[in-house]
Amino acid sequence: MPGPSDPAFDTLALHAGAAPDPATGARATPIHLTTSFVFESSEHAASLFNMERAGHVYSRISNPTTAVFEERLAALEGGAGAIATASGQAALHLAIATIAGAGSHIVASAALYGGSHNLLAYTLPRFGIETTFVRPRDIDAWRAAIRPNTRLLLGESLGNPGLDVLDIPRVSQIAHDAGVPLLVDATFTTPWLQQPFKLGADLVFHSATKFLSGHGTVVGGVLADSGRFDWERSGRFPELSAPYAGFHDMVFTEESTVGAFLLRARREGLRDFGACMSPHTAWLILQGMETLPLRMERHVANARKVVAFLASHPMVAKVGYPELESHPDHALARALLPRGCGSVFSFDLRGSRRQGVAFIEALQLFSHLANVGDCRSLVIHPASTTHFRMDDAALGAAGIGPGTIRLSIGLEDADDLIADLKAALKTAERAAA
Amino acid sequence: MKLDVQGRSAYAYTGGKAWSDAGPCAVFIHGALNDHSVWTLLARWYAHHGYRVLAVDLPGHGRSEGPPLASVEALGDWVLALLAAANVTSAHLAGHSMGSLIALEAASRAPERAAALVMVGTAYPMKVSDALLATARDDPGKAIAMVNAFSHSSLASKPSYPGPGAWLRGGSSALMHRIQSDADGNLFEHDFRVCDAYAGGIEAARRVACPAHLIIGSRDVMTPAKATKDLADVLDATVARIVSGHALMQEAPDEVLNAMRAAIPA
Repeated sequence: MPGPSDPAFDTLALHAGAAPDPATGARATPIHLTTSFVFESSEHAASLFNMERAGHVYSRISNPTTAVFEERLAALEGGAGAIATASGQAALHLAIATIAGAGSHIVASAALYGGSHNLLAYTLPRFGIETTFVRPRDIDAWRAAIRPNTRLLLGESLGNPGLDVLDIPRVSQIAHDAGVPLLVDATFTTPWLQQPFKLGADLVFHSATKFLSGHGTVVGGVLADSGRFDWERSGRFPELSAPYAGFHDMVFTEESTVGAFLLRARREGLRDFGACMSPHTAWLILQGMETLPLRMERHVANARKVVAFLASHPMVAKVGYPELESHPDHALARALLPRGCGSVFSFDLRGSRRQGVAFIEALQLFSHLANVGDCRSLVIHPASTTHFRMDDAALGAAGIGPGTIRLSIGLEDADDLIADLKAALKTAERAAA
Repeated sequence: MKLDVQGRSAYAYTGGKAWSDAGPCAVFIHGALNDHSVWTLLARWYAHHGYRVLAVDLPGHGRSEGPPLASVEALGDWVLALLAAANVTSAHLAGHSMGSLIALEAASRAPERAAALVMVGTAYPMKVSDALLATARDDPGKAIAMVNAFSHSSLASKPSYPGPGAWLRGGSSALMHRIQSDADGNLFEHDFRVCDAYAGGIEAARRVACPAHLIIGSRDVMTPAKATKDLADVLDATVARIVSGHALMQEAPDEVLNAMRAAIPA
């Protein structure tokens, strides 16, 4: 498909990776619900398996519909490529499993989604991978935590749920000085609000379940590579720079100077762990991504109105939104997130735990559930749900209090959302009696 | 593998197979601010279909020691020196863009050592606009973005390169930035000036004795198809036209392989 030489974000959101189907002329991307793809000949089969040709063999490794999603996400992030996964958690695991193993070490922000914290704090140690958690604003702590066996620095572009703004330029510099990559969970921001690669990050992953899909319909993840990190020069990654017995002694950094990480992640990670994305899921996420710029603009606009309402309400003790001057990362957010700070944020309700329960249960438009980034507005109490495995110290480090309530602002009329919140706050106020 | 060429360390990818001392040899030469990895699918295919393969990193690019050489003629000599270092008496020479001119020059300087010449994404003369040369000198990052935009004709090249899920424009940009940042000095401007200054193409073509083949992208705006006619006439070359931009091996890997198999049979 011919196209403009240097298309902009909104154009890429609709066209990157997709062309009219050459077999049928279908304009929308077809859903290729097939496990496998017929070989033209035995020689063709062998050359596909041996990476002498590019193409699809089996949908656990790649699929034409899923590839459109991967290429579109990579285009929007400004990366060299991407791999779709069964979930955001699978994307994080794939990233780690590709470049770390028993004896490896990770330095991670303490302000992480609870599921990511679980993986790093409880599950990966069972496989010999240790993590040191640091407060994301403590730049010196990132540097101090790096060990000779550190393989990765990890943070969220906007920390969950306190919206700590990751100082990607400074943290990535620390990572690069040590010869390790920075992996950013960019779920809350999406590439419309921030492209971490332009700020220095090397790898990015998303829970595509959230804003990329945007409609609360499917679970999926995606891992993208900038192609900029020099794995060979680092000297810390024999997984990529030494012969791999699992694929005919392939040396991935020789095979592809900028695609080595994704080659191994696909050829080993999808092959062996198998946490691939269904093409049907990829298609639904693609539908969402076509309107990502429009939706994100509206998400942010609505969030700003709701934040302004809550910040002035007497029942609200604190609103944690980086666009407010009261947020500790306000200045950093202005520099790194000029388009806005997304539509997921937390606030602290005054009063008792009982009043908090009354507030959540009184909401009508907001749905009480464990998700964010839906087109519908959502609410949850992190301390008892998404982060319930964390002790008080870990909760405190992540900026979560017992009265913290997380909102995900959707695409409804902002006045209706404010009316719903206003009524629920009134109910909470009455519950004090 | 690493070779000593003209007293300096040189790297050549061997297609995923150990180097052997016998058998036909195919040499793949990359273009400006690239490295061997633009050829790996094709190189790997030939390595597993009876050929000894040398997909080189030119001096000062990727894994080969610098400095970069100053002219297409010097680079042609370097390719011949590389063959000698690898004990190869005769080879099929394939090049892309700037690499195609280097292959042409090597085939003309030692006609008896060239079994075939394949020029992919080529043009002669390979003039570079003053504006692009100035941008490459003053703002290499901007020039990389310009060339990357000009080199791709599609937002959806399938099955992508090196495989599904790769975003070609992003990969090409990352590669060019990597090669530029690893080089001493402004390698991008250097390579463009090497292309722009080459004036011996027709004379070189007259000296070529082996079969010659041109593989051209019908949507190539970097080296437009119309800029190959004189070269094709003098070389008496076959011309394969593929629906692609300048990044032929990435946009149309299967089509390039098919065209190349007609030139270099397995």
